[in-house]
Amino acid sequence: MSLLKDAIISALGEDVKFRENYQYPASVVFCTVPKAKFAEAAKAMKKAYALLAAEWVTEETPCFGIFACYRWGSEYLIVKTLTTTDDPTFPTLTKKYLPAYRFERQMNSLMGVVPEGHPDPRPWIKFEDWPQDAWPLRKSFDASSPMPRVEGEYRWARAEGEGVYEIPVGPVHTGIIEPGHFRFQAVGEQIINLEERLGYVHKGIEKRFESMRWEDGFRLAGRVSGDTTVAHGLAYCMALESMTGCIPPERALWLRALFLERERIANHLGDIGAICNDAAFAFMLYQLMRLKEGILRTNSELLGHRFIMDRIIPGGVAVDIDVKGKEKILSELKWLEKEFEKLVTIYDENPSLEDRVRDTGVLLPEKARELCAVGIVARASGMNLDCRIFNSFPPYNQYDRIELDVPVLITGDVHARTWVRIHEVRESIRIIRWLLDNLPDGNISGTIDPPSSEKAGFAAVEGWRGEIIYWLQSGPAGEINRCMVRDPSSINWLGLEQAIQGNIVPDFPLCNKSFNQSYSGHDL
Amino acid sequence: MIRILRQIFSTGIVTEDVLGQEESNIKVVGDRLEETVKKRFRGSLAIRQVDAGSCNGCELEINALNNPIYNCERYGIHFTASPRFADMLLVTGPVSRNMEIALRRTYDATPTPKLVVAVGDCGCNGGIFGETYASLGGIDKVIPVDAYISGCPPTPAALLNGILRAIEGK
Repeated sequence: MSLLKDAIISALGEDVKFRENYQYPASVVFCTVPKAKFAEAAKAMKKAYALLAAEWVTEETPCFGIFACYRWGSEYLIVKTLTTTDDPTFPTLTKKYLPAYRFERQMNSLMGVVPEGHPDPRPWIKFEDWPQDAWPLRKSFDASSPMPRVEGEYRWARAEGEGVYEIPVGPVHTGIIEPGHFRFQAVGEQIINLEERLGYVHKGIEKRFESMRWEDGFRLAGRVSGDTTVAHGLAYCMALESMTGCIPPERALWLRALFLERERIANHLGDIGAICNDAAFAFMLYQLMRLKEGILRTNSELLGHRFIMDRIIPGGVAVDIDVKGKEKILSELKWLEKEFEKLVTIYDENPSLEDRVRDTGVLLPEKARELCAVGIVARASGMNLDCRIFNSFPPYNQYDRIELDVPVLITGDVHARTWVRIHEVRESIRIIRWLLDNLPDGNISGTIDPPSSEKAGFAAVEGWRGEIIYWLQSGPAGEINRCMVRDPSSINWLGLEQAIQGNIVPDFPLCNKSFNQSYSGHDL
Repeated sequence: MIRILRQIFSTGIVTEDVLGQEESNIKVVGDRLEETVKKRFRGSLAIRQVDAGSCNGCELEINALNNPIYNCERYGIHFTASPRFADMLLVTGPVSRNMEIALRRTYDATPTPKLVVAVGDCGCNGGIFGETYASLGGIDKVIPVDAYISGCPPTPAALLNGILRAIEGK
């Protein structure tokens, strides 16, 4: 019996209805509640220590379906309620859960449903020059034609007082990174408030999914965030497989895990280097970029793509590893481990670097919990979360054999976020060795039938940034009716705003890099 | 400190002249790049990279140009923080509607004569994101483009090739 299910039944009693016709993985419970009880359900979840994982909306003429997904340990509970097109309001969850703040602004901007009691009515992702009545996720919206620009204004949070000044940054940043706007209010060097404004790389991905075929969707998923292409592709494929009941061959599942860990290593290496570089320790960046390049080249040689893009397909994987490839990876890991450990020692022994990274950009554990943070950010702030353990797919579910060690630190500073990454690189090296030693034989892909009509699928995958959630729904004709993508960045960007307060302006790049959230994955 | 020095000396110079497989022509490309940069840009080509809506895949590869293995600075190519000093804009796409104005402003802030290179399949023609309410398609829908580098994402070697094509073409 599921703990969250018990909690919601004891709080709402007869009002909550469970439906079984949606084919979710066994760890996901799905229920519907009346609109008036939607916030009450959130209260019950909060009492049960659950975290809000995602909130989204679908159009089910003449209604809108409002969904909230809660997580506690390995359990997911999806609560759905309906609101009519004539009165598209629903009770806000912001009073109980902080991440609902952006989820609901986004739902309001893109679908036109109104969260009642939400403290901030400003649109999110929808810019001030969009027409007021443009709601792209609605079925009646014509996505193929360009939108006209209208006059409008975005009201920023303001700070007043003697010596308070404002620094606007972006959207075009100084480095080779994605666009976004940050606005600081500062006194002297000290930041008193940071307001983010994202949405610059909104490409209409969720809408685009609806015009695609099931078998092509994985390509788009792989381009939601280019640095996390494996994990996004995997999450899409797993959600699709959960709808159709397809179980990929054993070997394919293991190869997927291999790709996922290689992606984790490559990105963590780059991040650790970039964090050190932002603390003016360029030596580390160049050393680690050298190691990262080695990984990417092996990917290209063995798997045909430097970032392993499009190599995970619905029903399996598109590329196999032979004995020679296995040896190549093993010898590469030996080299990597030796080089990496030397650099970790240097990182650890450098007092001037330590001075920059310790106690900088602290996200306190209670704050992280309040924000329902995920991934490396959560683990650096004392939260023990990792989908590889809590929502595992084979081979990660062989706990006793894989013995996955999840690093959890409690200081929540830049150092902790770096150290979580260092630990994860070591773990991934160990996991890849174990995967290669025990790789089962067999096919690398199976057949997958398109899903039947009116089904929904769900998947949560631990990418290198953290938990990625995909929720798919098929329409009356069996087409893609809705594809909800929740990148870890959708939540963790809020953490940066909190962590930066009280820090000095020159430490912002350092803090930002230690979070390294995706703009594209957030803006969609 | 001694560890850092030891690591630096034991690593040596990893910058590669001749790379395997598809990258085998980098030596030739490199020599020509250096020569052209010297001749046409007085030895220094300043590039401003603009992400006009990409998924970050192209940015990773452009970043890789600065790693010690590709080390594009040896040809006199460097990335600048401001469009005001740039000879070339390296733009990744597709151009999102929300970035259109920022891209135009960046283009206007770049002094003429300037080169614009569209990077990646999405930068060339919108790629998988196509032309929708939120994506305007390729870079040339918004600003004039001088050269295109296809690939999803283009490899660092392809990027160097493309940059060479762009500076030789004018």
